[in-house]
Amino acid sequence: MSAEYPAIRLTGLTKVFGTATAVDHVDLDIAEGEFFSMLGPSGSGKTTVLRLIAGFEQPTSGTISLFGQDVTQRAPFDRDVNTVFQDYALFPHMSVLENVAYGLRVRGVSKRDRLARAREALDTVRLGGFGDRKPSQLSGGQRQRVALARATVVRPKALLLDEPLGALDLKLREQMQVELKELQRDLGITFIFVTHDQEEALTLSDRIAVFNDGRIEQLGTPAEIYDRPVSPFVAAFVGTSNVFDDEVSHRLFGHGGLHSLRPEKISIGSEASPPAADRTATGTLAEVIYVGSSTRLIVDLDAGKRITVLEQNDAHRVGEDQRGSRVSVGWNDVDVVDLEPAITHQ
Amino acid sequence: MTVDATAPPGKRMTVPPPRDTLGRRGSVFLSRHRRLRLTLLLSAPLFWLGLIYIVALVALLITSLWTVDTFTGQISQTWTLENIITVLTGSLYQTVTVRTVGVALLVTIVDIVIALPIAFYMAKVASPRMQRILVIAVLMPLWASYLVKAYAWRSVLSQEGILNWLLAPFGGESPGYGLPATIITLSYLWLPYVILPIYAGLERVPDSLLEASSDLGGKTVSTLRLVVLPIIWPAIIAGSIFSFSLSLGDYITVNIVGGANQLLGNLVYTNVGAANNLPLAAAIALIPIVIIFGYLATVRRTGALENL
Repeated sequence: MSAEYPAIRLTGLTKVFGTATAVDHVDLDIAEGEFFSMLGPSGSGKTTVLRLIAGFEQPTSGTISLFGQDVTQRAPFDRDVNTVFQDYALFPHMSVLENVAYGLRVRGVSKRDRLARAREALDTVRLGGFGDRKPSQLSGGQRQRVALARATVVRPKALLLDEPLGALDLKLREQMQVELKELQRDLGITFIFVTHDQEEALTLSDRIAVFNDGRIEQLGTPAEIYDRPVSPFVAAFVGTSNVFDDEVSHRLFGHGGLHSLRPEKISIGSEASPPAADRTATGTLAEVIYVGSSTRLIVDLDAGKRITVLEQNDAHRVGEDQRGSRVSVGWNDVDVVDLEPAITHQ
Repeated sequence: MTVDATAPPGKRMTVPPPRDTLGRRGSVFLSRHRRLRLTLLLSAPLFWLGLIYIVALVALLITSLWTVDTFTGQISQTWTLENIITVLTGSLYQTVTVRTVGVALLVTIVDIVIALPIAFYMAKVASPRMQRILVIAVLMPLWASYLVKAYAWRSVLSQEGILNWLLAPFGGESPGYGLPATIITLSYLWLPYVILPIYAGLERVPDSLLEASSDLGGKTVSTLRLVVLPIIWPAIIAGSIFSFSLSLGDYITVNIVGGANQLLGNLVYTNVGAANNLPLAAAIALIPIVIIFGYLATVRRTGALENL
């Protein structure tokens, strides 16, 4: 079954709220067991797609299939997918154990069985001793894990995660990223992960769909998305990019069109000793920003473009006192990415 | 202060220092004396609460322990439990108490049953615009006079009234004046007091909880029974306290639409007025107070008051 059909298939999915089109003809196949991220700024339609898959919203047009079955018209409780909510949505009047057992309870599993399975699920998220507490007595990270246990205890075919790490602080977020990845590997089910954090998407995903304006702007592996962005939007949203317009491209690369170049792919030297690279250009060092492991240099190119260069910090790093000095930057042709001029929506 | 120190002179707009007025000195004094502040804030409401509420209640209790001189009709301040015993043992008082509690309970149940779907629609289904319209619609009857509303129901329920006219084609008829009419009218009168707390309670339930329940496989009935009702239980109790206590004390509605039936309020009214027996009236008035305390104690046991 899984070989024939993708876990989730969206066909011409469209959702219109009043006059605003939140999701605009999205076609997408997500494979079984895939860690799939939907990445985009707020209002790009990624959360709406998730809510459409879960069944909380009805599409204006288009269909949603789970393992080849059309579920477009089905209620959320009739779909084999479960959601981890951004605010966790734990039931405040129930204990942690009752929360986790809820999905089994409404399915008519006997009390003894459901409590046993809920305890097991709590153990897998390392909250074994917390079953009797109320959600309000837990920390953010613990609530997050309860929400994960509650959604996975009913063995869904896909887990939908709506910015689940958004409310956690940085350290906890990094730790939960690892746990999520492990959980997904253990369960072997499809995870659909909605986030606006590009680093999170790059770290966790097998594939990423970058959303912009209700459409998928680019679909690919993290490496494809990062190394070969197709549009100025993707280049700018995923990581930092120097995007060159037609005019500057002519001067720098010898041909027109839109191009992008990652800051870490550019090397820098003094005007007298330019770095060894396919191409070089001269400019003035405008700003030096120390960011710990590396230094971010802002250079005003003579070609008429301000670019960012990222230099690993080593023994002889560029100091702030060199602001205003003349520099030479260089890059290799292979690192220059041709961008499609802004993707046009019909 | 730090801003001034680092600001280059002459480059910023200067802000004049606050002027040293009497009002400012007063504010400074008050902000340093927390107790004085609290005293000034609370003395008037506490005085009001103490005098009007507690003292009136105690006066009622004391009055019920006095008696009336049968010849002069004057209150004689001799201590006796006679009134209390009469009220507790007299079959009239027992019958009327049971009837009053029955009416109050039925009114409360009718109100909750009507209020739940209305409040749910207002809080979870209606558009923001519709929501505002409905809140006003629920509040509007409270702006009209109680008497007008009761008499309106008298005309609705009368033989020639609109209810008979509406029900006649279906073979039904108006219940006429009596206890059912009293329950209908009281339910109407107290409905806003029950809808509003339940609506407020539902407003505080995040939509994601309902979605989570549905997502986990809970059908509508399970979601309502296992998630919504337990969370808004305190709000339902709050509403029920209004409808129950207001019904217990009412005597006007039952006079207007209740036919010959009497509730506790009528007995108090008769004894204060026609019978001129204030101590007995006070003793009767203690019954609904005791019942309300009993009611509050019961709902407290369910834990419903902890979240109010």
